[in-house]
Amino acid sequence: METIKLTIDNRPVEVPVGTTVYKAAKTLGIDIPVLCYMDLHDLGIENKPAGCRICIVEIEGRRNLAPSCSTACANGMVVKTHTTRVINARRTVMELILSDHPKDCLTCPKSGRCELQDMAVKLGIRNIPGQEYAEMSTYKKDFSPSIIRDVDKCIMCRRCETMCNDFQTVGALSAVNRGFMSVVAPAFEQDLEKSPCTYCGQCVAVCPTGALTEVDHTPKVIRALADPTKTVIVQTAPAVRAALGEEFGLEPGTSVTGKMVAALRQLGFDYIFDTDFAADLTIMEEGTELLTRLGKHLSGDKSVKLPILTSCCPGWVGFFEHNYSDMLDVPSTAKSPQQMFGAIAKTYFAEKMGKKREELVVVSVMPCLAKKFECQRDEFKVDGNPDVDYSISTRELAHLIKEFNVRFNELPDEDFDRPLGESTGASIIFGATGGVIEAATRTAYELHTGKKLERLDFTELRGMEGIRSATIDFNGLPINIGIAHGLGNARKLLDEVRLGKTNYHAIEIMACPGGCIGGGGQPLHHGDTSILKARTKAIYAEDTGKTIRKSHENPYIIKLYEEFLGKPMSEKAHHLLHTHYFDKSKKDIFI
Amino acid sequence: MHLLVCGGTGCRASASDSIIEKLKSEITAKGLQDEVQVIMTGCFGFCEKGPIVKILPDNTFYTQVKPDDAAEIVAEHVIKGRKVNRLLYVDPENKEHVSDSKHMGFYRKQIRIALRNCGFINPENIDEAIARDAYQALGKVLAEYKPAETIDIIKKSGLRGRGGGGFPTGLKWEIASKNKADQKYVVCNADEGDPGAFMDRSVLEGDPHTVLEAMAICGYCIGATQGLIYIRAEYPLAIKRLKIAIEQAHEYGLLGKNIMGSGFDFDITLRYGAGAFVCGEETALIHSMEGLRGEPTNKPPFPAESGFLNKPTNVNNVETFASIPVIILKGSEWFASIGTEKSKGTKVFALAGKINNVGLIEVPMGTTLREVIFEIGGGIKNGKKFKAVQTGGPSGGCLTEKHLDTPIDFDNLIAAGSMMGSGGMIVMDEDDCMVSVAKFFLDFTVEESCGKCAPCRIGNKRLFELLERITKGEGTMEDLERLQNLCKVIKDTALCGLGQTSPNPILSTMDNFYNEYLAHVNDKKCPAGQCKSLMKYVIDPEACVGCTACARNCPVNAISGERKKPHLIDTAICIKCGACIEKCKFNAISIK
Repeated sequence: METIKLTIDNRPVEVPVGTTVYKAAKTLGIDIPVLCYMDLHDLGIENKPAGCRICIVEIEGRRNLAPSCSTACANGMVVKTHTTRVINARRTVMELILSDHPKDCLTCPKSGRCELQDMAVKLGIRNIPGQEYAEMSTYKKDFSPSIIRDVDKCIMCRRCETMCNDFQTVGALSAVNRGFMSVVAPAFEQDLEKSPCTYCGQCVAVCPTGALTEVDHTPKVIRALADPTKTVIVQTAPAVRAALGEEFGLEPGTSVTGKMVAALRQLGFDYIFDTDFAADLTIMEEGTELLTRLGKHLSGDKSVKLPILTSCCPGWVGFFEHNYSDMLDVPSTAKSPQQMFGAIAKTYFAEKMGKKREELVVVSVMPCLAKKFECQRDEFKVDGNPDVDYSISTRELAHLIKEFNVRFNELPDEDFDRPLGESTGASIIFGATGGVIEAATRTAYELHTGKKLERLDFTELRGMEGIRSATIDFNGLPINIGIAHGLGNARKLLDEVRLGKTNYHAIEIMACPGGCIGGGGQPLHHGDTSILKARTKAIYAEDTGKTIRKSHENPYIIKLYEEFLGKPMSEKAHHLLHTHYFDKSKKDIFI
Repeated sequence: MHLLVCGGTGCRASASDSIIEKLKSEITAKGLQDEVQVIMTGCFGFCEKGPIVKILPDNTFYTQVKPDDAAEIVAEHVIKGRKVNRLLYVDPENKEHVSDSKHMGFYRKQIRIALRNCGFINPENIDEAIARDAYQALGKVLAEYKPAETIDIIKKSGLRGRGGGGFPTGLKWEIASKNKADQKYVVCNADEGDPGAFMDRSVLEGDPHTVLEAMAICGYCIGATQGLIYIRAEYPLAIKRLKIAIEQAHEYGLLGKNIMGSGFDFDITLRYGAGAFVCGEETALIHSMEGLRGEPTNKPPFPAESGFLNKPTNVNNVETFASIPVIILKGSEWFASIGTEKSKGTKVFALAGKINNVGLIEVPMGTTLREVIFEIGGGIKNGKKFKAVQTGGPSGGCLTEKHLDTPIDFDNLIAAGSMMGSGGMIVMDEDDCMVSVAKFFLDFTVEESCGKCAPCRIGNKRLFELLERITKGEGTMEDLERLQNLCKVIKDTALCGLGQTSPNPILSTMDNFYNEYLAHVNDKKCPAGQCKSLMKYVIDPEACVGCTACARNCPVNAISGERKKPHLIDTAICIKCGACIEKCKFNAISIK
């Protein structure tokens, strides 16, 4: 490999051609501060607009200071990262950025986790000259069902834009206006609700400041917990247990299922249930739907469309409602596990408890911000009463635990309640990309062939690659499976499906990088993708540790069908567990 | 006989259209339509005295012509051969009529290369352009030279980019030619945006073919078959004439497939800019053409390596292109013989501000500011004293008395604390407050910043706020220090040329007129009497007779006093509108 020799802060270093000064410095243990820069190389995403100018360094022979994040090393280059000129410029630029940033840190939702705040600390900013008469750029606050945009706090790092446009190809956010009033916003500075936003929350996940945050459902949850007339039920998504520990200083990849259950009990929830139970239910419905469609297709029924697409991910559902409205009959009609859980809790479980649905409050804990939007969709309500009342993110749960004075790390491991807390290994892997389709494969294979699977780990379906495919042998019948995570990858796959270029039978799509473990509601990874990998590992380890690892073997699922639903895709199941999709492509954004 | 009437935007605004119509109908009425032709041309440059009508072959140069003068011009000049004296230019020195433009101070020192055809040809008629050698250089290049040989001619000519940066054009072409790609692009930057500058517009309106020809030559040299002209949509006349020129060049086989049978293909399309100043920066321009937000990106990579659609792209300014065909035809030695050691050829400047001869001029590099302002420009308006000249547009700096004898070229202007820029020259007199001048330019850069990098987005705004404080008399010495540090840091850290140069007007006025800043800050006074907040209207009790005219006319009742006794202005109420001064017959009211 061709290399380049240069010196940084008087120390020689040799790096491959094309290496930036910032990365070369890192190899020497020199951490040049960066603010707008973000490197998610495992996902092929790099955000380096070179806009914040915090990472500037002095390069001998150059007239101006250079942004180290986007300046390539050259032979013989002499770089200085902390000369008086650099320090003065860096501080002055930081003061400028802060001069146009609200000073409400005490009450900012990002306080304590804010990269701008950290930078101010690192650079030793003690005052902002001229703040008394400095005009601030202010904008309308935007409240959507999932995401709050308070772009007075936007520092134009453009990370959200990179996620929304380049990675997700959603195109809801881009820079608008000029000069001092430049800001990242939906087109025409409309509200997010009028944009093609899917609420995947990846913008929130990378926002360094409080400009993009989630809608906080915790006050409503606290109120419900305190209401003696309400029975408050909580369900937790599989990806939450693999990441929650990070908020309490535990190593990424530490599974905290037992502690999480104990904490929820201490918070005062009446029933600690598991979304995983509903994930098993999803497999029963979706798997059966796949087999039915497949059977009809194989017998020559032209009206049946293949592939079947998974529909557990609300970000993904929003994406195809906006962009693939011509293919609304392609995704599975199965509701997401969150909504299946809500529907069962407020019917089957309510009946069992002898309660009216209004007396129940169903709270979900999700790695996801789109779930907040999903649970308030009209089709998931009965007479205005939603199946799932509130959805809080992993981050919100961590906050709630802290606010309720619970010493999380010292909690004993406790078990979920019955009956809606029992789950299989298949449902846990819903949290990682490829997991849903693997779980479906385990069940569909056995239901279709009538044979017992010898091997449960379909490693060919796992991994971090954006688009993957594999063929699984269903006892002589080859089943082609496609997987995509990240909506940009989904778009590539879907475009091919639309053109009829593929021969997939089933496709799993997750909106977020890595699947739900990388969801917009998870603890912030601050650009460190090794965290996502650690969470994935934890998910698969939980699966391996389970005695029952196939959804159709979950005894409480079997009981649910016996006592209540009849069989998968029955009329009752159809009514409670399936949904339909809407064409959102023609929404008039100008109104 | 030919009657050339200026059809540039400025003269059209003064009804040159209807002058043409009236001349034509007068000529037809006299039955002279076969002998006398009325031709609409591009800009003559002497906009101060427009609309211009020039009569050939005797070179009579009529100024400030009105549509109603048409009849007299035809009756007197065309038919009787007598000049219409009242329409001739009057020499300000000896008050004599000058009939031939060659003898006017405005034109005497000019050498026209880029503007060579402006005012001579009908830009909407390719035959007239061809009659003045259009497309000959292209023919010569295609027939006689290899691309590398052509690039060598341009390199030897010493031509440097006229858009502001002054990068050697030949070298730029060479780099683009050496980068291998299946497609390359030639881009003409016609996104002229400096306040008061209109040289590119004049070239495009007056001689569009020269730009098309030069782009084709460039395409041949670097191996591109596609040309794009990025032009501001606010230049409708230039756009119209470019469209006509492209169409006519196609008809004549001078653009399109197999040009002049040489096997070389080249085509040109137009792209419209939406009026963002920053899109004059080449990377921002390219992004805008790609349909993206008009924002610059860090260089390298330079466009020559990865430009439009990530292909090697050569971007040159209109005026640079306009010089190319002449260099090919007359040779690099000829071009290099004009100008200074490191800046060859001529430069077009747009003269504006407090100068007698507002207009467009083209002078050899090395001409002094004094020659430009006092000889060509005719000196300062109303006999006032020269104070400063802003060169290089909003990114340039103010030069003063002590710079007047500096020969103008790329390097001298930078050494003096300003820059060539695209060639705007705004002249200021003793009545101009230099802090306000700096504020004016900052107002422009604040408005035109793209917002991508923090120093430019926020820093320029803060600079503007500081200047505003100073002009309001609220500034402190600490503010001046902050101003200086901010200017330095913004220059040092901004992403593109716009931000890196936006503090120049402040730095150069602080360098040259620091006393004015001090006067605003320490004495709370504006020496030029321009800053409204620092003005005070005072009645001289000696001169005031107590007529009450001022008090009666004051719109805010700030003036009190008994009849026949001296009056008094309450400065707390006074809005400094000047109504009292206007009404006072005894010169008793003054601004302090």
